[in-house]
Parts: sequence; C-alpha cells; structure tokens
Amino acid sequence: MSLPAVLIVVAALFCVGLYGALSQQVVVMVMMGLELMLNAVILAVAAVLWFLAPQIDGAVLLLVVLAAMTVEMAMGFAVATVLHRSRQSDMTDMAADLAG
Amino acid sequence: MGVLSTVAFWVLAGVAVVFGALVFRVDSMARATYCLAASFVAVAVVLVLFRQDYLGVVTALMMIMEMAIMAVYMVMFMGMNPALMPMSMVHGRRTALGLSVGLFVVLTVGVLLVPWPSRRGTPIADVTRALGESIMGPKMLVMLTVSPVLFATIVAALVLAMPRGRYDRLGDDLRRRPPTDPQRGGVGR
Repeated sequence: MSLPAVLIVVAALFCVGLYGALSQQVVVMVMMGLELMLNAVILAVAAVLWFLAPQIDGAVLLLVVLAAMTVEMAMGFAVATVLHRSRQSDMTDMAADLAG
Repeated sequence: MGVLSTVAFWVLAGVAVVFGALVFRVDSMARATYCLAASFVAVAVVLVLFRQDYLGVVTALMMIMEMAIMAVYMVMFMGMNPALMPMSMVHGRRTALGLSVGLFVVLTVGVLLVPWPSRRGTPIADVTRALGESIMGPKMLVMLTVSPVLFATIVAALVLAMPRGRYDRLGDDLRRRPPTDPQRGGVGR
C-alpha cells in the first residue's frame, strides 16, 4: 500500500460522489453524492497524514471536515423539509427557480 | 504496514468504492442508504488502519445515525414503500458521467505523475490524546470556530424545519392576542 494507491481510491470515491451530486434529482440523493465526496476528502487527509506528515494538524483538519459534513447533513435535511412542505416535492428540478 | 493491513485496506477500499457506486445504481432509496452506510463504515475502518482511531469511530457512529435519519426521511417524503417500488430519478446522466470519468482520469494521472516526498517524522503514538490536547490548547481556535457554526446550524435547521413558530402565531412583535392558530385551543373552543 502506498500513497498514490490510496489517492487513486480517493479519486474513485470522489468521482462517484460527483456523478451522484450532478445526476440525481431527489434532494436526499444529491446529499448522498456530496457526502461520498466528503468521504473521499476524509480518506485523502488521513492518507496524507499517515504517509507524508504524521502530525496532529492533519487530525484537526479531519475534525473540521467531519463538522462540515454534519452541517451539510443538518441543513440538507432542513431544506428538504421546507421544500417538501412548500411544494410537496423533494426533487431539485421543482426548485430550479431557487438557483442563483 | 504489514501484509495483513495491506490486504485489509484493498478489501475495504473495494467495499467503499463499489458500495459508493451502488448508491446510484440500486432500485430503492432504502438500499441506497444501506450502501452509503457500508461505504462510510469501510472508510472509517481504513481510518482506524491509519491509526486515526477516534475519528474513525466518530465517522462510523455519525454515518450510521445519519443513514437511520435518511431512512426516516425517505418514508416521510417519498410517499411510497421505497424498498418495494423501484425508482430512477436522474437528469443529465451522460454529462455527469462524462465529467466524473474525466475528472477521475485527470486526478489519477496527477496522482501518478507527482513525485511524492517521503514521510517526515514518525506517527504519533496516541493520536486521540494528542488531538484532545491540541484542540484544547494550541488549536483551540478551531473549536471556537466549529462550536458557533454547529450552534448556528441547529438554530437555522430548526427555523427552516418548523412549520409554525411563535412569530407566525403572535406577530412580529409577539403582541398579537389572541394568537393566530388554525384552531382555537383552551376551554370553550
């Protein structure tokens, strides 16, 4: 096992998540894609921490990524709730007017 | 790392990627949720292999709880039995696939071409203790930033998710009497 090998796995995870975030219509499924991408970031930071610079700064960064994931999850669920209440739908296409 | 750790890593990496891909291939959101949970748990175990015990356990616990919440959301919002009713709700599939495959190729080529340096220093013996001492000491600014952000998230999520709050009932100055309720409460209604 080497750093490039782990990072290729990271790239695969990230790109699978990107595909999901771009292609899915249901808000919760889009969130799943975003979370897979954050999952890849977690693995990347842990790998760099282990293979390159085993210092505590990287672990602190991992903690921040986990916090970002928590915020994304909570706000995503809240937005899905509002969307469903106001438009009786959980599809991103039904909320296209919110873009930009 | 020994041979056993290497084998474990490749098995877990395979599980993480395959189940991650299955999230967008399976027929129901229930199965998609289980697949995402499996992918996250695999990555969490890899974190433990990299001696990030605390963060690995936190990741696994957090993701299992989140997947449970997601399952509840599916039942609430999808209006169907998600385990029995196949679904495929995608848009721009070819574009998304092209972008993802293209990015994967670019990232892989980059990873293989970069001359990675060798490791500086030795792994910390007790990462959990060092992390705790760090965020309560020299890295306290991280905690001071993350804490209000998480608190603001709680407030914002509650405000968004609540159907009616006190300002809906009592007006912007909270002085409206009687409050505007769909149905009057109390004695004699």
